[in-house]
Amino acid sequence: MKIKISIPTERIQNPIISESIIETGISINIMVANIDSTYGELIADVSDFQFDKIKNALESRGAIVSILDRPIHRDEEECVECGACISVCPMNVYTFDEAWNVQVDEKKCIQCGMCIKMCPHGALKLGE
Amino acid sequence: MVKKSIHEINRKIEDGSVNVVTAEEMVTIVKDLGVEGAAKEVDVVTTGTFGAMCSSGLMLNLGHSEPPIKIQKVWFNNVEAYSGVAAVDAYLGAAQISDTRGIQYGGAHVIEDLLRGKEINVHATSYGTDCYPRKVLETTITLEDLNEAVLLNPRNAYQKYAAATNSSKRILNTYMGELLPNFGNVTYSGAGVLSPLSNDPNYETIGMGTRIFMGGAQGYVIGNGTQHSPSSSFGTLMLKGNLKEMSPDYLRAASFTGYGTTLYMGIGIPIPILNERLAAATAVRDEDITTNILDYAVGSRDKPIIRQVNYAELKSGLVQIEGKNVPTSSLSSFKYARKIANELKQWVKQGEFFISMPVERLSGEGLAKPMKQTQAVPLVKDVMSDFIVTIKKDQTIQEAAKKIWENSFNHLAVVSEAGELVGILTAWDISKAVAENSFDSVESVMTKKVLTCSPNEPVDIAARRLDRYGVSAMPVIDTQNRVLGIITSDNISKLFARRY
Repeated sequence: MKIKISIPTERIQNPIISESIIETGISINIMVANIDSTYGELIADVSDFQFDKIKNALESRGAIVSILDRPIHRDEEECVECGACISVCPMNVYTFDEAWNVQVDEKKCIQCGMCIKMCPHGALKLGE
Repeated sequence: MVKKSIHEINRKIEDGSVNVVTAEEMVTIVKDLGVEGAAKEVDVVTTGTFGAMCSSGLMLNLGHSEPPIKIQKVWFNNVEAYSGVAAVDAYLGAAQISDTRGIQYGGAHVIEDLLRGKEINVHATSYGTDCYPRKVLETTITLEDLNEAVLLNPRNAYQKYAAATNSSKRILNTYMGELLPNFGNVTYSGAGVLSPLSNDPNYETIGMGTRIFMGGAQGYVIGNGTQHSPSSSFGTLMLKGNLKEMSPDYLRAASFTGYGTTLYMGIGIPIPILNERLAAATAVRDEDITTNILDYAVGSRDKPIIRQVNYAELKSGLVQIEGKNVPTSSLSSFKYARKIANELKQWVKQGEFFISMPVERLSGEGLAKPMKQTQAVPLVKDVMSDFIVTIKKDQTIQEAAKKIWENSFNHLAVVSEAGELVGILTAWDISKAVAENSFDSVESVMTKKVLTCSPNEPVDIAARRLDRYGVSAMPVIDTQNRVLGIITSDNISKLFARRY
């Protein structure tokens, strides 16, 4: 499953991710990481049955962990199937089928929101 | 030699014996039957395109109010329209944005809302005359309430369009959509094989008076579009159609982040196959239609060409730039283009749509000119400081501080052994390092992601970048990343101080 790990400002100096991985021995696949001196936000993939354990390890160190279970939603009335979304998505959520319909593979979505800004028709939203 | 007339084809449409195919189907037909065979067999080839056409707008007539008003200024849902034409006529441009909602809502959205039967607020003002005494007007209207609602689009259906990419280190928000840094993506527009003008590149049958599919209704070509540039194969069309007969399936408002509003128009044009030449022209394939990929990192009118590309490559989803596979996005919808070509095909087949010959042909020669400007545009190289203090990245903070103090120059360009720019160091960075008590090398303190500009960029563009990213100076670099000078907000203030 895809999870979001937020690291608040007061904990940004601590090696929270490394410590949690070493403690639990669970490897997580980090797909997006935005960390600077004030805030950190990571998106990672972790197997379903290991989620609780890594979540506890991360949260005991001050991180906030949430499951990304509300992927992108496409309004099919608004969408004109232009495919503007295709090239900006880092996870290849969008593809054309042979009839030039835009196909959406929600499972791959990491909720980064790039496509929302790109869509000229306002057809994409998160969390619906 | 095949020679058919429009009348023969229209008689076939009338008796149902007409043979109509789409421009996509025509490719295989010409391949199988040859040009002559195809010209004998096929009577009409339908084309289609569905994409952002900013140069569109609605000419409308509100009818007279009581007491009457000679409208001087008018807004529809807070989007201003032009009303300097008689009393109650107005022209609402698709790209005009709302006074209250900005680029989220614009003329295009008002047009779509009208088409969907929604009520639109009208606010108008005037100076008042003896014959038109009223000064202010507030009302609501729907499409039905208007005497005329005619789409008059000055420039639609580009023959083809340049594709876009971005060599800079930042995301660009453009009318070609979101362009990712470091050639992260390529965006393009146009229907390629189905593009109307690409299927009649000599404008033999598409001209003034040609009846077309426009927004789901029958409309007309009323001449060449503005910026028509036939000699560079960038022909355009001016179109007219009755909004009251159109369908929101083929007319959609859109808004590009950071750019503004536009109208997605569905256009389809039938091409009568009168001779072999037209049969051959309509067999054009995606791979035969080439365009350029332009670098939008350069904010000037003449953007550098990154490479030539054809529509087959663009539509494949990946194009190569500097040895890297770059994903593409289409901004126009090929699915809708196909739907339009097929719908027009059905109209012709069922005898609902007759072909017309142009009353006058479009010009097949000439190029669109750039604007005549009477004031020279100052370039970065005209105002930049040639004097720049550089430092190497392995030098100490103390040496850097000394250089700043000795030269009374606030920005140090950090350069490699080869003289290439690798970072920038300001007095502020040094203060920060001192405050944090970390006096390492210049490298550990400098800003690595440096905003830069080129000497031939207009100052306005450099100023916009300084403002947008909240910095006070940018090194000016050549194509080899070597530092030529620096442009600071001081240089720009001086320019304005001289001007006024």
